[in-house]
Amino acid sequence: MSPAGSRPGAGQWQNPLRDKRDKRLPRIAGPCAVVIFGVTGDLARKKVVPAIYDLANRGLLPPTFALVGFGRRDWDDEAFSNEVYQLVKEHSRTPFRQVIWDRLAEGCRFVQGNFDDESAFARLAETLDKLDAERGTGGNHGFYLAIPPKSFPAVLEQLDKAGLAKPQDGSWRRVVIEKPFGHDLDSARKLNKVVNNVFPEESVFRIDHYLGKETVQNIMALRFANQLFDPIWNAHYVDHVQITMAEDIGLGGRAGYYDGIGAARDVIQNHLMQLLALTAMEEPVSFHPSELQTEKIKVLSATQLAEPLDETSSRGQYSAGWQGGEHVVGLLGEEGFSKDSTTETFAAITLEVDSRRWAGVPFYLRTGKRLGRRVTEIALVFKRAPHLPFDATMTDELGANALVIRVQPDEGITLRFGSKVPGSTMEVRDVNMDFSYGSAFAEESPEAYERLILDVLLGEPSLFPVNEEVELSWEILDPALDNWAEHGKPEPYEAGTWGPASSFEMLRRTGREWRRP
Amino acid sequence: MAAAVIVELPDTSTNEINKKLDELREKVGAVTLGRVLTLVIAPDSETILEESIEAANAASHEHPSRVIVVMTGDADAAEARLDAQLRAGGDSGATEVVVLRLSGPLAGHCSSVVVPFLLPDIPVVAWWPDVAPRVPAQDPLGQLAVRRITDATNGADPLACIKSRLPGYTPGDTDLAWSRITYWRALLTMAIDLPPHEPITSALVSGLKTEPALDVLAGWLASRIDGPVRRAVGELKVELVRNSETVTLSRPQDGMTATLSRTARPAALVPLPRRETRECLAEDLRRLDPDAIYFSALEGIDRVEYV
Repeated sequence: MSPAGSRPGAGQWQNPLRDKRDKRLPRIAGPCAVVIFGVTGDLARKKVVPAIYDLANRGLLPPTFALVGFGRRDWDDEAFSNEVYQLVKEHSRTPFRQVIWDRLAEGCRFVQGNFDDESAFARLAETLDKLDAERGTGGNHGFYLAIPPKSFPAVLEQLDKAGLAKPQDGSWRRVVIEKPFGHDLDSARKLNKVVNNVFPEESVFRIDHYLGKETVQNIMALRFANQLFDPIWNAHYVDHVQITMAEDIGLGGRAGYYDGIGAARDVIQNHLMQLLALTAMEEPVSFHPSELQTEKIKVLSATQLAEPLDETSSRGQYSAGWQGGEHVVGLLGEEGFSKDSTTETFAAITLEVDSRRWAGVPFYLRTGKRLGRRVTEIALVFKRAPHLPFDATMTDELGANALVIRVQPDEGITLRFGSKVPGSTMEVRDVNMDFSYGSAFAEESPEAYERLILDVLLGEPSLFPVNEEVELSWEILDPALDNWAEHGKPEPYEAGTWGPASSFEMLRRTGREWRRP
Repeated sequence: MAAAVIVELPDTSTNEINKKLDELREKVGAVTLGRVLTLVIAPDSETILEESIEAANAASHEHPSRVIVVMTGDADAAEARLDAQLRAGGDSGATEVVVLRLSGPLAGHCSSVVVPFLLPDIPVVAWWPDVAPRVPAQDPLGQLAVRRITDATNGADPLACIKSRLPGYTPGDTDLAWSRITYWRALLTMAIDLPPHEPITSALVSGLKTEPALDVLAGWLASRIDGPVRRAVGELKVELVRNSETVTLSRPQDGMTATLSRTARPAALVPLPRRETRECLAEDLRRLDPDAIYFSALEGIDRVEYV
């Protein structure tokens, strides 16, 4: 078991001021420095840096915190600090407060260099040493690789050479990486090896920002804290499960990242598989990170694609169309994509979970760009009541009951069931019962990145997928990717619609329909 | 945001108020379904009234609630009389506010007036922003509530007030003086997490005489460490002494920024302004279960050495 995840044993030093019952006390991260590679990239600019300010604003960063940028730009500490200031002003969730910013700015440093420049990493080591001495960051360093995976080996090797990956006595070194974690099982294994050569698995934090979302963490609260839902959370009552992540944006300007990757690799392998794992897994013994991982790994290892793949999967590519009152080009017309690109922008698969709980319940996963609207949801669609004491005319308008977890936007939960239409006749129609985060907890929830970055600094690994989960997800998905690679090309669908005809056909074969989310 | 709707209902009844509330709700578009608690405020003076409503409105952004303010009008009046004011929308944010003034014989029966306004099923919290009953849980309003919040800071003699919380304690009581120093406690705890992992041998808490948050902080330390804890009047600081180092957290009395320093290590600055009532209230509403740590901190005050 990883040291970060192990239970405190007897004889270990206990802070007398800490008490599990003291629920008011926020966990403030200990002294540390975060080094961001790729600080000029979109991820760092729009997510990571603003989240760090938000954490500072919420009082969750240590007084000795330091933020170090590493990049090619010809910046000094002050120029970097000005850049951070702009980003904070533009993108942070919480209001700007000068007193918070002043403290954060004190700890901003910039190291200029290339990823293969040994002397730059020596300067980085020097900068960190200085911060340890002058600011008191205590030798605790987190390295945030906000860079494409192809640069990982170079950076990791240099970190290793400069002695930055090995913690000194009593301090920690952690590395944070973002998707894609490879493009198939083989490459994922190689990537994991490259990373694990330098950082042991317990100091690797893989960000899947979906797991930082309140609504996603709430899946566990909904399932395991309530008596109401567990009895029906199985094949006896559930007919099938639909997991959808739809985006309305296109891929203009993202060809470099997306071409050749496609929707399945970009979204299904990580986000949707994690949502499936949380929805389908058994109850963990405790919320201890290793217990949670055990359950997720168990359910993923029981999951496989339904066959035959030609009938149970679908892929598409958006073509020009009208979306929300605006005419948009198709993928092939987007800048940077080749005219004969076979990259899919829509993917849907059918999974089977071979467990007593889920035998016979298909899990449909779909994702796509340029769909009807931006929405992510998990819908459990229930079986029809076994016997209806009504005649058919009375229940014409009754659909299947459904429990929908709205992951984003409009976070919340919807229960859909039949209700009598007021009037002298007995007619039943579908109605919704609704829980909305926005009205029950009016305070804006923290951004996923705030939670995840804080967890990295606290060394709390629950919300980060481990090596094995990543590899299992690829193992599940790879046959579909291979099948698609061998057969033809993605089916075009008009931008602004809900995907290609084949995706509807794949459910209709078994008498089911996609929800319009 | 739409302007707040304020409705005055002089010499009225609870039925009439409830009807008007329903009407307002339709007009302003607020719904009660999302409410997570009912907050009953019992201020003793007009000055603290507006301050308290403001704090409750701010806290309601995190905890959408119905706020009921109960005040004594003219207690000596011969006739029982109920005057009400309703506020919804606008600055009242996620809340609807009902201000009730009880006069005459009615003044002694505030809980009977409040009961019709409690929302079904959801918890009730009572808050005395200045003068608190001796045993909050036995007070008629306190009996309705699962959580009873007092604020020793606004008491006539803050130290006597915070000390009196112990004999009057019932699980579910808290005092805003306690939430006022949560971040101080968090920073000190974080500092003690770091090596050298030695026990704390003694502690000193110093600051204004009239800041009961410091007394309860000293009490907390006394309940957690084996060693003397002293409370002094003077500059604002907390010192934790370990064998090989002293951790000091200090701040100018009216400052925004505190200094966390440790022997032989660089001092660090940290934003730590005095917490406003609305922040303290929002924190207190976050959890409605009994706060055992607060109770042991109250017990600890007795062991604090006043110098």
